[in-house]
Formats: sequence, C-alpha cells, structure tokens
Amino acid sequence: MARGDLKLIGLRPSPFVNRVQYALNLKSAEYEFIEEKFGSKSELLLRSNPIHKKVPVLIHSEKPLCESLVILEYIDEVWTSSPSILPSDPRDRAVARFWAAYIDDKWYPLLKEIRMAQGEEAKLAAVQGVEEGLGLLEEAFENISKGRSFFGGDSIGYLDLAFGCFLGWLRAVEEVADIKLLVGEKTPQLAGWAERFCSHDAVKGVMPKTEMLVEIAKILQAMAKAPSPPS
Amino acid sequence: MEEVKLLGTWSSPFSYRVLWALELKGIPYQYTEEDLYNKSPFLVKCNPVHKKIPVLVHGGKPICESMVILEYLDGPWPHNPLLPSDPYERAVARFWAKFADDKGTVIWTMFRSTGEEQKEAVKGSLEMLRTIEDLALGDKKFFGGERIGMVDLAFGALAHWLGVFEEIVGIRLLEPESFPRLHKWTKNFKEEPAIKENLPDKDKMLSNFRCLREKLLASP
Repeated sequence: MARGDLKLIGLRPSPFVNRVQYALNLKSAEYEFIEEKFGSKSELLLRSNPIHKKVPVLIHSEKPLCESLVILEYIDEVWTSSPSILPSDPRDRAVARFWAAYIDDKWYPLLKEIRMAQGEEAKLAAVQGVEEGLGLLEEAFENISKGRSFFGGDSIGYLDLAFGCFLGWLRAVEEVADIKLLVGEKTPQLAGWAERFCSHDAVKGVMPKTEMLVEIAKILQAMAKAPSPPS
Repeated sequence: MEEVKLLGTWSSPFSYRVLWALELKGIPYQYTEEDLYNKSPFLVKCNPVHKKIPVLVHGGKPICESMVILEYLDGPWPHNPLLPSDPYERAVARFWAKFADDKGTVIWTMFRSTGEEQKEAVKGSLEMLRTIEDLALGDKKFFGGERIGMVDLAFGALAHWLGVFEEIVGIRLLEPESFPRLHKWTKNFKEEPAIKENLPDKDKMLSNFRCLREKLLASP
C-alpha cells in the first residue's frame, strides 16, 4: 500500500476529474479533494500544471501528475491492490487504450458539440456522430467483456472509467437537447453496463447529479451565444 | 515467435514512430506500404474505426494508434524498454507523449495554411517548441535519458519532418540559438543507427510535401 500525501485538484462536474475519483475509490485510496472555483485558476493549479493549467491534477508526495488517463495508469501502478484497473494482457491493454483514445479524441467532442452546436444541421451531425460511436462501443463491449459485467470484466477497469465518466453528461445533454442517445433498444449491452457502472460503490457517491449538469450546460450554452467579454 | 507486420506509409512520422521502435528493439517485421488514396481491404479490416496507418499486426491481431502500439511493444519485448520502470517517470513520459500528439498538429496547420491562419499556427508552434525546450528535455541527451525512449519517438517528427516543412513554407522555427537543447537533440536523435538508417529521403519528402501543400491550398 503506497503511503504519502495524496491530493486531487479538481472541479466536481468535470468528467475527467470524476475518472480519477472513481479510480482512487476503487483502490480505497484516501485523498484530499481541492476544489477549484469555476472561472478562475488557483495558484496551486497553475504551479502544478503550468503547461495546460487544467484539472485534474493528482499530487502524490508533492509530485504533480496531469492528464486523467495518465493518472489512471499511475494509480494502477502504485496501488497494486486489486482490483486492477488495466488488464494484465498487453493486447487487452492496447485495446482498452485504443478505445479510451477514441472516446476522448472523437466521441466526447461530438457529445459536447450537441450541447454547443449553433444551428440544427450542426446539432444533427453531432447527434449522428455520437450515435455511431455508441454503436461501435456496443460492439466493443460485446467483444471485450465476453459476457461479463464491465469492459474490465467482473470489476470496473480502465475503459469503464474512460467511458463511464461521461454518463452523467450524456444524460444532461439528452435532457438539454431533448433527445435520447443511449437507448436500450439500440445498444442494449451498453444500457445495461451504464446502469451497473452508475450504481457501483466507487461511482455513485461521486457522479454529479444530472440536474446540476443540466444547469451548468444551460449556463455554458448561454455563455457561448453571448459575445464573450475579454478574459 | 508470432509474426509481426507493420502497415505504414513512407512519408508519415506516425508510421516511423513504430518502425523506429521495432528497429530499436531488434524485432523482425514485415513492412507493407499502404496507399492512403486507395486503402487496401486488409488495412480497412485491421482498422475499421479510423482506417489509418500505422497498424501493427502481431500474430494476426491488429493494434492501432502509434502511441498505443509503442506502449504495447514493451509487453512482449521488454528488452530496450521504451518506457522507464518508475511509475512517476512513466507518468511524466506519458504526459509528454500526449503533449506531442495533442500539440504537434499545430505544425501541420502551419504547413497547410497561409495568411492569418498560418501566422497563428507559427505562434502556436513556437510556443510548443519553447515548452519542450524549457520543460521537457532538461540536460539529458534524450527525453528517455541515455537511451531513446517513447517520448523521443513521439517527438520524432521535429527531427526530420519539421525541417522539410520549414523549407517548403519558408519559415524557420527551430533556430539553434533559440532552442539549443532541442536542436542538439535533433542531431543526437538522427545519429542513432536505428534512426539514421531509417529516415525517408529528404529530397523525396520535399517533392512530395510541396505537391501536397499545393493540393491542400487549392482545394476549398
């Protein structure tokens, strides 16, 4: 069991921050949560992540770690107690990393685009992209889980964390945009997985409530439409 | 020993990241040059999601995305590791590898644009180089320390492709006086036999990318 000061700088509504929280909970690692204020960046954050100035930042024994997926790998390597976050087989790890990169680089930006899109055409294109992605992930789930509860098998793993962290925002976007994206009829395995993920002990106390995310989404939408003040 | 195949293209730095890694580890492989304007059914089968190179096929199973492939290689071939063994140093390496991927595109933007867009991209490229110069390399010979590692391969485009782009657009970014550490690194990197013997021909690159730039600027 690793010892040492453990702090997480974050914002509670951030799915990238939630990823790290879920991982720490999975490992039963105790940490101090340092909440950033929305709209301003603390000295500690700027010092700890001078390059990107973003959350999450995990500070372990005074050493800062940035980038949520990088942090997940670090947590798994330092807290070696079960459950493991990364699969043990190198090929399975490669598959998990591939899909995590797809989710971060392609899928989540499309989800955000639904919320931020100016105009019906742009919104529809984003919805189509998100739905196509869910179709791919449904197939991936079937291949990877091999009949078990999670991408990681019997317990939550790296890909569950990489994807599951966005479920709160997915529900919020569905409500704000008045659409259904994750539906049991189209992607039954993902729908089942989503329920299991959200009700997991490591997740349920942390995942932000949909109502809060809907409020934030509406604020962000209004900010995008209004002329931006000099920052 | 299961067969290793690499699907790549001669002009792609992403393809070379993997090729260099295979050479550094002494892993025998079969290389297939892909035509990206006429993608092979095999490539599409191996990478149905992105239909892109590079793809590593190991024992018949494909692995896609250059950095995912680099992470993979240390598993079955642990000698000459691409990543350090200490968890914190591994996290630092992964951070810089991601930085190379996320920020590196600004150099491509500089190459394929003109006017205001290019000016912004030049500014972004210089900021990126400044960050690497000041924060990533330190006084080490390579990002990986004494030996080339994953981060060196991730930044490989800076050592060979950047010079070609600079010549074509007529803008010099990586000045030795402004970026002494990075400049020295490009020399050290290209001296390593595994790299030196595996670099695309510069004249061929100039011709190819000059053509490509014209095409990109001509299309709407």
